[in-house]
Amino acid sequence: MDFKMLMYILLVGVFVNNYVLQRFLGICPFLGVSKKLDQATGMGISVIFVMLLATAATWPIQKYILDPNGLGYLQTIVFILVIAALVQFIEIVLKRYIPGLHKSLGVYLPLITTNCAVLGVTINNITDEYNFIQSMVSSLGCGLGFLLAMVLFSGVRSRMEGANVPRAFKGLPITLVAASIVSLAFFGFSGIIDNLF
Amino acid sequence: MINVLIAILVVFVTGMVAAVILALASYYMAVPENAKVSEVRECLPGANCGACGYTGCDGYAEAVASGKAASNLCIPGGASVAKAISEITGASAEEFTPPVAFVHCNGTSDAAVKTAEYEGLKTCAAMCLSCSGDSACKYGCLGCGDCADSCPVDAICLEDGIARINREICIGCGACVKTCPKHIISLIPRTGMIAVACSSCDAGAQTRKNCKNGCIACKKCEKTCPNGAITVINNCARIDYDKCTSCGLCRDVCPTGCIISVG
Repeated sequence: MDFKMLMYILLVGVFVNNYVLQRFLGICPFLGVSKKLDQATGMGISVIFVMLLATAATWPIQKYILDPNGLGYLQTIVFILVIAALVQFIEIVLKRYIPGLHKSLGVYLPLITTNCAVLGVTINNITDEYNFIQSMVSSLGCGLGFLLAMVLFSGVRSRMEGANVPRAFKGLPITLVAASIVSLAFFGFSGIIDNLF
Repeated sequence: MINVLIAILVVFVTGMVAAVILALASYYMAVPENAKVSEVRECLPGANCGACGYTGCDGYAEAVASGKAASNLCIPGGASVAKAISEITGASAEEFTPPVAFVHCNGTSDAAVKTAEYEGLKTCAAMCLSCSGDSACKYGCLGCGDCADSCPVDAICLEDGIARINREICIGCGACVKTCPKHIISLIPRTGMIAVACSSCDAGAQTRKNCKNGCIACKKCEKTCPNGAITVINNCARIDYDKCTSCGLCRDVCPTGCIISVG
């Protein structure tokens, strides 16, 4: 039963409640870094990494510090502070001890410090009343969903470079149109998961 | 009132704790950076073009400072940057001659056979996506001039449906080499006066049908060359410029004239 629940949370995070394509959070890196496949993958993996760490840090804060003292309303601002500090700290640690990983993730880490997708995951984990393990699985799922969206969209964008786009639509407009169509495709998942389990 | 104070206190304390941790971390875990690296980095043009063979200007600066790379690899920077870098590292500056780009195709509009009419977006990248282009030869120049657009010094022009590079203007930055979707442009040493103007990997008979100027892999050049500098690999002659003396014997025996003098 428990395992089934975890699978459900994971798949919902990847497909049904895809953060970029269904909840429209984290659009900024989605449009900014999706031009090339390698950059998109790097960004996606960094987001998974940060989402997991952020959840591991913020869930205990909410449960053991904010909730018992009736300070639930400080959630947003405290979470932003904690996540920003955490990401900066991780960057310093990576640079010192794992320079290889820092080289591949380092460029993206500062971009994610105050990313709304990361904040959204941590807050949604609380509002959905997940326990700690469920929260971690949920953030893994959402991170994978983000990676999936980035990879899919980088493919779409590389095809778009060879397309004959009307001048008024060149650049960002056609990118947004394409993003909306990809998002529309993800609506197809909305009923599937509920009937799977 | 007390609630407001508690809220302010909690956020303040959280912020302070985070600030102290970060300050301590950046102090105790600071990575000692080689002073030479940043000095070298400042000399470099910062285009991150990758022509030196490293990931970018930062990667190259690191390699030079640690003595792993020569000081004259920055092609856009040229001789002046090489000199500045060698002053920092203390190594002697070697003579700097940038290479020059060459288009390995001579499929002019009267020589190459067209099999289709292309009416799409006029870029090589788009043309390459739709059935690899409009000519019978799938290796040849498409002639839409993506390379010319990428050239920072306008050294490339389109003549008879193929791209040609002006050696006098070319700075050997390799921007066109990266842009060409057919990968038929390469950098050759400026001292090399002979080049193979074909990239076709088709068998000889097929190449002959597709283009009058193609390399038919007859291997006459291979047998003629006194230095073993030219070999036919994958049905196309290739020159090893470390061995080539630009004597021109291969050019004289080539039956299709696909080995040409440049410069």
